Amino acid sequence: MTSLPAQPTAKKLGLVIDLDICVGCHACAVNCKEWNTSGKSAPLTDYDPYGKKPDGVWLNRIHTFETTDEQGRGQTVHFPRSCLHCEDAPCVTVCPTGASYKREEDGIVLVNEKTCIGCKLCSWACPYGAREYDENEGVMKKCTLCIDKIYNENLPEESRVPACVSTCPAGARSFGDLGDPDSEVSKLVAARQGYDLMPEQETKPVNKYLPPRPRQDGRDSDKAPRMLKHADESTDGAGLIARWVDKVLS
Amino acid sequence: MGLNPFETVREDAALSPEVADEVKTSTCYMCACRCGIKVHMKSGKVRYIEGNPDHPVNRGVLCAKGSAGIMHQYSPAKLTKPLLRVGERGSGEFKEIEWDEALELATQWLGEVRQRDPGKLAFFTGRDQSQSLTGWWATKFGTHNFAAHGGFCSVNMAAGGLYTLGGAFWEFGEPDWEHTLYHMMFGVADDHDSNPIKLGLGTLKTREGTKFVSVNPVRTGYSAIADEWIGIRPGTDGLFVFAIIHELLRAEKVDWASLARYSNAPWLVIQEEGAADDGLFLRDEDGEPLVWCLEQGKAISANAAHMKPAFAGLREVNGRKVAPSFQLLAERYMSADYSPDAVAETTGIPAATIRRIAAELAETAFDKEIVIEQPWTDAWGRKHDKFVGRPVSFHAMRGISAHSNGFHTCRAIHILQALLGSVDVPGGWRYKAPFPKPVPPGPKPAMPKAEAGVPLDGPPLGFPRSPEDLIIDHLGDPLRIDKAYSWEHPLALHGLMHMVLHNAANQDPYGIDVLFMFMANMAWNSSMNIPETLGYFTKKDENGEYVIPKIIYSDAFWSETVPYCDLILPDTTYLERWDCISMLDRPISSAHGAGDAIRQPVVPLDRDVRAFQTVLLDLGARLGLPGMVNDDGSPKYPGGYPDYIVNHERSPGVGPLAGWRGKDGDKSGVGEVNPNQLDTYIAHGCHWHEELPLQLQYMKYANRDYLQYAADMHWMGEARPIIHQLYNEDLQRFRNAARGHGDRQPPEVHRERIETYFDPLPIWYQPFLEKQDGGEEFPIHALSQRPMHMYHSWGSQNAWLRQITNANKLHLHRDLAAKHDLVDDDWVWIENSRGRVKAQVRLVTGVNPDVVWTWNAIGKRKGAWGLDKDSPEFTKGFLLNHIITEMLLPEKGSPAYSNSDPVTGQAAWYDLRVRLVKCAPHEAGETEPMFEATAKRFTGQEGPLEYGKGLKGEDKGGKAELHDFIGQRGANAQNIPGIRKGRGNRVEEEA
Repeated sequence: MTSLPAQPTAKKLGLVIDLDICVGCHACAVNCKEWNTSGKSAPLTDYDPYGKKPDGVWLNRIHTFETTDEQGRGQTVHFPRSCLHCEDAPCVTVCPTGASYKREEDGIVLVNEKTCIGCKLCSWACPYGAREYDENEGVMKKCTLCIDKIYNENLPEESRVPACVSTCPAGARSFGDLGDPDSEVSKLVAARQGYDLMPEQETKPVNKYLPPRPRQDGRDSDKAPRMLKHADESTDGAGLIARWVDKVLS
Repeated sequence: MGLNPFETVREDAALSPEVADEVKTSTCYMCACRCGIKVHMKSGKVRYIEGNPDHPVNRGVLCAKGSAGIMHQYSPAKLTKPLLRVGERGSGEFKEIEWDEALELATQWLGEVRQRDPGKLAFFTGRDQSQSLTGWWATKFGTHNFAAHGGFCSVNMAAGGLYTLGGAFWEFGEPDWEHTLYHMMFGVADDHDSNPIKLGLGTLKTREGTKFVSVNPVRTGYSAIADEWIGIRPGTDGLFVFAIIHELLRAEKVDWASLARYSNAPWLVIQEEGAADDGLFLRDEDGEPLVWCLEQGKAISANAAHMKPAFAGLREVNGRKVAPSFQLLAERYMSADYSPDAVAETTGIPAATIRRIAAELAETAFDKEIVIEQPWTDAWGRKHDKFVGRPVSFHAMRGISAHSNGFHTCRAIHILQALLGSVDVPGGWRYKAPFPKPVPPGPKPAMPKAEAGVPLDGPPLGFPRSPEDLIIDHLGDPLRIDKAYSWEHPLALHGLMHMVLHNAANQDPYGIDVLFMFMANMAWNSSMNIPETLGYFTKKDENGEYVIPKIIYSDAFWSETVPYCDLILPDTTYLERWDCISMLDRPISSAHGAGDAIRQPVVPLDRDVRAFQTVLLDLGARLGLPGMVNDDGSPKYPGGYPDYIVNHERSPGVGPLAGWRGKDGDKSGVGEVNPNQLDTYIAHGCHWHEELPLQLQYMKYANRDYLQYAADMHWMGEARPIIHQLYNEDLQRFRNAARGHGDRQPPEVHRERIETYFDPLPIWYQPFLEKQDGGEEFPIHALSQRPMHMYHSWGSQNAWLRQITNANKLHLHRDLAAKHDLVDDDWVWIENSRGRVKAQVRLVTGVNPDVVWTWNAIGKRKGAWGLDKDSPEFTKGFLLNHIITEMLLPEKGSPAYSNSDPVTGQAAWYDLRVRLVKCAPHEAGETEPMFEATAKRFTGQEGPLEYGKGLKGEDKGGKAELHDFIGQRGANAQNIPGIRKGRGNRVEEEA
């Protein structure tokens, strides 16, 4: 068993993912892959890269599914999934070696591959399926929040964010300190009613998802446009054309 | 040292590892969008590719394809050396040869054809971003048989726009994402174009009070985030647009002032049935079109600075019966045929929805107009104190384009924009330099010479304005191998690459000697009717000789096409070569200003391949083509493509790159050659962008200062206003020829076709293939689209991308599935009268219930792309192309036409109709048709790939300070107190 920090961490670095504008393009997943395959958990192994069963280690995956609301309105949802860096991270407490741990200084949950024995208890404990076992190396891997990128003094300032965030073409991903209620990300979450994924699991995830905004699809009567009034009801519009003949319209 | 099991080891995670030995900027080419990239190199390998935050196209973001560039670079399917075919075509048996031999052989083949009849070289360059080079090369070679892939991509989009507004969607224009309040997107197969649209949609949706409507039979990608998804029946968008126009006209909700000044709505059209000039504009002695000025009570030049034109009324002017073109337009679209009720059933959109959309458009355009307080001067010298914006914008792409009625539909969308007054205004759709151009831009396509060793007088591709400009013989028969610019497809601006193999193999209109192709997978997913197309490659005459005698092909990968060609000139990857994204071709401009870019070699070459463009210049020099050799016969560009990029001048002072011209690099657009130009580009992140002053940014078609600037930059001949051609007189000229006027009339067999489809106002008709091969027997529309993570991407062999998608299913609505007793993963036959394809199904609700769709180009042929033999791409990936015919059946009294738009020749691969038949249990398991494996050149990795294992950098210590990164910061800052303006983690300092 491994302990979480004694007190909840003051700083809670995490992601805010806007499901209203995520188009499911997989940019975040692939950019994550390319950063991290040479990053802290290098390599993110690909099994059978050119063969029958192409699969591998990805720290961020996108799921696309359909839902239907109470009014029968269907919706296609793109849902990016990665570690949520939970405050009460069951993947940490379940770890028999201390390999899985939560950093006191910023709340990032990491795996120390040197002490990971590949028992997979953490992946069973994680309710989000956010851990990735590297079969080739026999160790567990996971989102590091790009810890080797966000603080990295060898990179220019604009690159010092998680790869999934800086690359997102829709601008659907934000990053910052969710432990600080005055931070910009916290304000974004508050303004957009950001929510915890599966709060009933009581893991207190740090990452937040922003729900799709109400759709302006014409069903809300208060938003109905002023309908157009035909100036002429003749079947061929001839009356209207006749009216235009001598009329200065411009 | 072992671990102490009684003590928890604390990890000290490295925070500042060294990332790169070197960071180089360049331009991505994982698709066609031309984003700026920063490539981090470590130990000679690519460590990381990220978007360049300072690049105008992608502003720091990078899509899945761009991020997977590493796996593109290290693909095992890369060609390594020139190849000469030794077995039969298709066998894949080659011998490796040296470049000297390859180039000598190519020179011999090309030289022979040039000395006999240069037009017998068919040069088609596929997904070419160097068309200003390849087109020029074809011109100098002397062949008119040149085009790139636009004929099967989006020529309907280009032609529809260029013949209406002098610009078009995507490369030629973009929505004003910062200001638009209502955006309507038609038929965009996911991701065209890629990052700019995602950036834009994210901005639009994050701003308050906006609406995004997606008109698309399929609810994926962008449609999934739309406020309103309209699951239209494929190929009926034109009717939907007509009904919107019907509603707007009936309610008089059009921008009269804009139409009067900036469109040809008031221009007087001759209305004398039977006259040779019926339907043409009445012009004064200077050739200026006329309008009827109500104030002056007479006809005056449409170019007059002051006028109050009539929009209706049949009048007599100079003894001719005339009416304003607007009246013709209004009569057509106000007709009951185009009322929302009349089109509801065909389009599948309820009439009430159409009425509401029309009302929403009108409300946004006219009640929510936005104003940018910026004085400007129009082309007539009139001063304006502000730009008035009608904040509705449109975008359309392949879903409109790839139907045989796409040209007219595209024109209809542009006309709708013009009626709403939303062209190049704040919040509307805006041009990107060098557009707008005159309608159409000109020049005309050069006539063939058919003379040994003689160049053409101009570029082979151009803009016909009348039958005189067609590339036909005295009998009216086609002179191009693809029948572009013939009576069959008069405005085939991008050629018909999809017909080249068919026509050449059938020697219709004639046989060719050499086919030279670049980067186009014509033996697979870039062709319709693959089973027969393979036969065109291998067809032999009675002497046992191939009917297409010689095929030269350049590609970077072992694609399905390589085995069918004779001489393979292996290309580099985009990270290994110089390139330019030129103002002479399709640059990286935005609505804010012109821009172009370069690629520079980032990764050193590790195999015996050469950049296609350099090879082309080398061949040009060996052939002695004018412009490619000096007077003494020596090569003019011995340094290859980069030498050409810097030193070539298309006209004095105008070269491939517009930035940092002049010997001191202080000139833009026009200036002498700057020998240090490439270094300067590299110093500026490999791109150049010149932001327009605000007073030049809008109303460019009639903005005096902009037009003068454009003329100074040599983007247009003279600074004249560009008037939107709602009614297109050029089309009418063709129609008049069909009606028996003029010296050049269509042969009898084509007369009715020209008469019907060269209507000067948009029409709608049922797409051809659907009409021939649809009905009750084949009731279901079948579509394909590329997934975002592979859109326009060259090669699904990518080890990362294929983990996301490596097999495709046929998506269909649950209701349709129920009718066929299908559940997820069942196998079905997708059938039409031409054949059948077997696939697995996936049930969804986000699709029009009469439509099935799949991801395109996932299916690969065994042996290709360096994939192992049991790869899912081979066994479960399928293409609909197999049953999309490239030839329609002949109808009574007319010849067999290609399955293309009758105006532009655009390949109509969205017109497919099918029926579904559930497979018997024993048929499940593998897709069909299954083609024999091509010879495999698989040197790929067995076992796991551990890319990056040795690239982890040493920790240098240090811990940088963090800053919050807000996605869509600019738009969020507008709504949420406490979020500061700026972009990402860059915050704009408060003034």
